[in-house]
Amino acid sequence: MHHLLVLPILVPLIAAGAALLAWRQRRMQRWLGLAGAAGLLAVAVMLLVSVANNGILALQIGDWPAPFGITLVADLFSAVMVTVTGLMGAVVMVYSLVSMDPARESFGYYPLLLILLMGVSGAFLTGDLFNLYVWFEVLLIASFVLLVLGGERAQLAGAIKYFTLNLIASALFLSAVGILYSVAGTLNLADLAVQLPRLGQPGLITVLAMLFLVAFGIKAAIFPLFFWLPDSYHTPPLPVTTIFAALLTKVGVYALVRTFTLLFTQDIAYTHTLLLVLAGLTMVTGVLGAVAQMEMRRLLSFHIISQIGYLLLGLGLYTPLALAATLVFMVHVIITKSALFLVSGIVHRLQGTYHLKQLGGLYQSHLGVALLFLLPALSLAGLPPLSGFWAKFALVRAGLEAGQYAITAVGLGVSVLTLFSMTKIWTEAFWKPRTVQEPVRVLQGRERLLYFLPALTLVGLTVLLGVLAEPIFTLATAAAQQLIDPSAYIQTVLGGAL
Amino acid sequence: MSKSAILSIAVRYLLPLQLLFALFVLVRGHNEPGGGFIAGLVVAAAFALYAIAHDVRQARAVLRFSPRRFIAVGLLLAAASGLVALLAGKPFMTGLWSTVELPVIGKVGTPLMFDIGVFLVVIGVALMMIFTLMEE
Repeated sequence: MHHLLVLPILVPLIAAGAALLAWRQRRMQRWLGLAGAAGLLAVAVMLLVSVANNGILALQIGDWPAPFGITLVADLFSAVMVTVTGLMGAVVMVYSLVSMDPARESFGYYPLLLILLMGVSGAFLTGDLFNLYVWFEVLLIASFVLLVLGGERAQLAGAIKYFTLNLIASALFLSAVGILYSVAGTLNLADLAVQLPRLGQPGLITVLAMLFLVAFGIKAAIFPLFFWLPDSYHTPPLPVTTIFAALLTKVGVYALVRTFTLLFTQDIAYTHTLLLVLAGLTMVTGVLGAVAQMEMRRLLSFHIISQIGYLLLGLGLYTPLALAATLVFMVHVIITKSALFLVSGIVHRLQGTYHLKQLGGLYQSHLGVALLFLLPALSLAGLPPLSGFWAKFALVRAGLEAGQYAITAVGLGVSVLTLFSMTKIWTEAFWKPRTVQEPVRVLQGRERLLYFLPALTLVGLTVLLGVLAEPIFTLATAAAQQLIDPSAYIQTVLGGAL
Repeated sequence: MSKSAILSIAVRYLLPLQLLFALFVLVRGHNEPGGGFIAGLVVAAAFALYAIAHDVRQARAVLRFSPRRFIAVGLLLAAASGLVALLAGKPFMTGLWSTVELPVIGKVGTPLMFDIGVFLVVIGVALMMIFTLMEE
């Protein structure tokens, strides 16, 4: 069974290799991209089912026993994240078939996207801190090229900020890994979880925790390290923006959750309180930035930041309910935010611009598109019975139970502002009559299908997540238990080597 | 750029020697200094020298396949070397060795296959960069 663990990495790799071989055949590359993403989704679902039934899975690569070799581990949290990666890969791949321009397709778009998916899956599955660094680099290199592919002026300008900030984050991450190794003598996450409390140096470990917080914080775009994100995310073509928005910052959040539940739990009063403060600031600055924007993609990019704040909030509260809420929120926000990006792509296809001032009248001309926007927008703001409501409800409850009233109030206030900024898009793009007199393009046949199918799938899922809140929270609570009490994780990885 | 007669004649003899040396470094790699990465660089250096002595178009012709193809085949070969263990029921990438010793090379196994994969990827990546920059 544990052989399943390697497949989410292998499937995209093999598809990417095959796509490189078929460099000149664009049709073939499209099929390989689709097959790779669909294959990833299939093996990820199998992995999730297996982990849900049999508990945490671990695989010692090359049969080298932990903590000496590289271990791949999938607990429920990892398995869910890999499944969402596969889902987003498949959805964006279908959307790319119709919206990506042939020039970019011929210059390796599909292999790069597959490599990106491989890197993300690897980061979610690895049980080794240095290996995590390697996967970060894999996905970053793929994302650098995807970001500048096409070489437009705005793309390059955005890429410089993205590139510089992420390089700094990588350098910090690597130094932190080096110091941690010199302190603990191991980089296997499970082994570190055993060794760190034995060191008796909580001060030093807190310093290390802060280094990791900055490194992962840049990648997760938390306050005050987020400014690269809204400057770069709106520059590449929409499918690239969507997959970045869906997965890249979430890998940073995943790494924060993993390290701050497994490793840095010695001085919770300090580290996790700091996380709460950062969560509040991230939420507020993100949403205030969003309210000020007039370009759809930039507005949505600022929302990514504000939603990251909610994820941090759950981690900072550090109770089983809060972590379960974080997990649900993570899945919810990936799906809803991507749905909004995909719909903004459809809007752009119809009216030729992302700018709210020039958009208009879509409610009248395209009721379907309006509904496709409205549902995820309300879900993001947290209206029942959509997925966002349950995720926020659980977070708020966890906050109140933990007695953190101030931060909970901030979370609720930010929800209102989120709703406000969503109504801004709604009134400008959908409700107000269109001022610019240009013919509205019409989508037909296959193009229409490929534009709408991915968005419809995601919107359907956000509704489904809301309806199925009960079983989803059962799963998330089980995942949170594994995070709060890592003994099963450690036991599975190290086996008898303790 | 004027071509040097000495260099272009020397390269004709150097190229096969460099390739042979690369093979030597590649096979030696598992237990002693060497391996796929460094051997790949030696090959790339050989073709870069050929491109300097003649020109990039001719170097590409001597290489026969595009650097991109080297990368793709190398990646797939490296992945396949891990899959062998999977088929044998061992964890991914477990080193499996043949029991018979070959002359000169010694025992062969999946790590050598992985190394050949790395070798091809490094040739492809290095030459892709070198050729692209020289063509600018």
